[in-house]
Amino acid sequence: MALDITNLRAYYQTLKGDVKALDGATFNVEDREIMGLAGESGCGKSTLSNTLILLKPPLRYVEGDVSLDGDILPIWNMKKMNKYRFKKISIIPQYAMNAMNPTRKIGKMISELVESRGTNFRKIKNELKRRLDLVELKYDVLDMYPIELSGGMKQRMVMVLSTLMNPSLLIADEITSALDVSTQKAVAEMLVEFRDRGIVKSLIFVTHDISILYQIADSIMIMYAGKLVEKASTETIVNNAKHPYTKLLISSLPDVGVKFSEKRLTGIPGKPPHLLNPPTGCRFRERCPVAYEKCLEEPPFLEVEKGHFVSCWKEFEENA
Amino acid sequence: MLELDKVSKVYKTGAFGGNKLVAVNNVSFSLEEGEVASLIGESGSGKSTIGKMILRLISIDSGTIKYNGKNIDTLKGNDLKEYYRNVQGVFQDPFSSYNPIFKADRIFRIIREEFFPDIDQKEWQKKLEKALYDVGLNPGDVLNKFPHQLSGGQLQRFLIARALLLDVDFLVADEIISMLDASTRIDVLNLLGELKKKGLSVLFITHDLSLGYYISEKAIILYRGCVLESGVTDKIFKNPLHPYTRMLMASVPRLDKKWEKVELELKAKQTGTENKCVYYDRCPFKNKDSGCNNPQMVEAEEEHYVACCHYGEV
Repeated sequence: MALDITNLRAYYQTLKGDVKALDGATFNVEDREIMGLAGESGCGKSTLSNTLILLKPPLRYVEGDVSLDGDILPIWNMKKMNKYRFKKISIIPQYAMNAMNPTRKIGKMISELVESRGTNFRKIKNELKRRLDLVELKYDVLDMYPIELSGGMKQRMVMVLSTLMNPSLLIADEITSALDVSTQKAVAEMLVEFRDRGIVKSLIFVTHDISILYQIADSIMIMYAGKLVEKASTETIVNNAKHPYTKLLISSLPDVGVKFSEKRLTGIPGKPPHLLNPPTGCRFRERCPVAYEKCLEEPPFLEVEKGHFVSCWKEFEENA
Repeated sequence: MLELDKVSKVYKTGAFGGNKLVAVNNVSFSLEEGEVASLIGESGSGKSTIGKMILRLISIDSGTIKYNGKNIDTLKGNDLKEYYRNVQGVFQDPFSSYNPIFKADRIFRIIREEFFPDIDQKEWQKKLEKALYDVGLNPGDVLNKFPHQLSGGQLQRFLIARALLLDVDFLVADEIISMLDASTRIDVLNLLGELKKKGLSVLFITHDLSLGYYISEKAIILYRGCVLESGVTDKIFKNPLHPYTRMLMASVPRLDKKWEKVELELKAKQTGTENKCVYYDRCPFKNKDSGCNNPQMVEAEEEHYVACCHYGEV
């Protein structure tokens, strides 16, 4: 089992108190699994990925265990995590466009980076060449400055860079959101290719766009206001979702072939609760069309069918 | 209402401006009252440049843009002010459209000072509240707040309300929903649809075809500054004729269909041959012998135009 997370909590410290951005997450990601992580902005997607790789103030570790390939990751300790970062667990950050050092040629920057991890740059040069071929970049880019590359090229360059050490777990944080549809497709398919070739073992693909997850992910996990809402295989989430939030999220997506004048789609009314003092019970309660008294208690995240986890009282009641 | 006739824009690039980049190349289209047109294309296709030229944020190099029969390039003084009273823009990133030091409703005060200096406070307040209700906001919840206290969807709707206060006839909406969440995105789109019924014309700039289809009746497909296909949205989506349009359609992530396994050519370098079809390097049907010179815009069916050398062959 690649990644196993139990009851992970991480809060942002502010002057007014703790913002509970990640409040009790328990899930796992199998070897060779691409897990999509979706939700609205502020739901804790990025907090989760930061917690796994770079937990720095104001984000504070509260409790929970993260184990990767059987090792417990010391995520609360910045220094100890250095051993794992980039080699075992790696990230393609949200703004990959600005992730590279503008004052260094790309080749120079890569060599400094790998040398700092105790690897000889010459030894990996051939592998680097192969990886660049894989993402359709010319070898010449190593002699260029980041400013000379287009947005899509920078994105692919960072993809190569992040995966150079064959990490067990790669986190891709909203990497396709700023790209246009054709580049988006190419980048997403390259990530799948990375998994198929075994360059990365498993992948967490963070996005707010469920339709892109449907194309590439094996499973999808939905978050809302710092809590896990539902996790199941991609097919199940898209066609047979159980949580009302997931259902609403999917029905608000326009498809090619739907027109305003013919069929009016609706958004989800209301907005997510503030996480400084989150409401007790189910956090989706106030926006939920089927909420009832029981929802004042906090619903657990339970497996209702094999591989299908959901956190909704209504669902438990109907199944019982 | 708005008419673009052979509009071009050339940017000078390089250290001394020696190189030229044609951002918009001979683009012509027109928009009627109460019509929504989508401008669709990849990044770098010149969508935003066209929007900015309409708003007169950048100059036009050749061709004319006419608004209600008047050439907008020569507008000055009061005429220009009158133009801005009718034509406004809303842009992609609502978070950077505000000055974080001031309260978000300052944008309304600026409008008042600039365009309605004679109106008294009470009447203004009424007008403002009506505009906010029109965009689906509750004035009590959103007025008197700083930008960071409002959500992206609220800020974006503020900007639309600002345009409504001026009672605009034409709105340039440049990627206005790409920064918003799926749940609020559709509300903003529906709002545009409602306003359209009241006679507002919108130029909806987007790279997402499904959103373009949802809201607009006219579509213009752009690639590297050239119009490759244009016409009624229904016809383009049901029967895309240009290979570029088909590629875009195939790349849209959908919930009912998985991506087909077609090899995508990534952005090719501009070869710079003057006469060649701009899409030549990436086109799967390219004809190496003839080189696809000078594709002309032809009417494939009623109100559906395409510029491809292979139209009729494939």
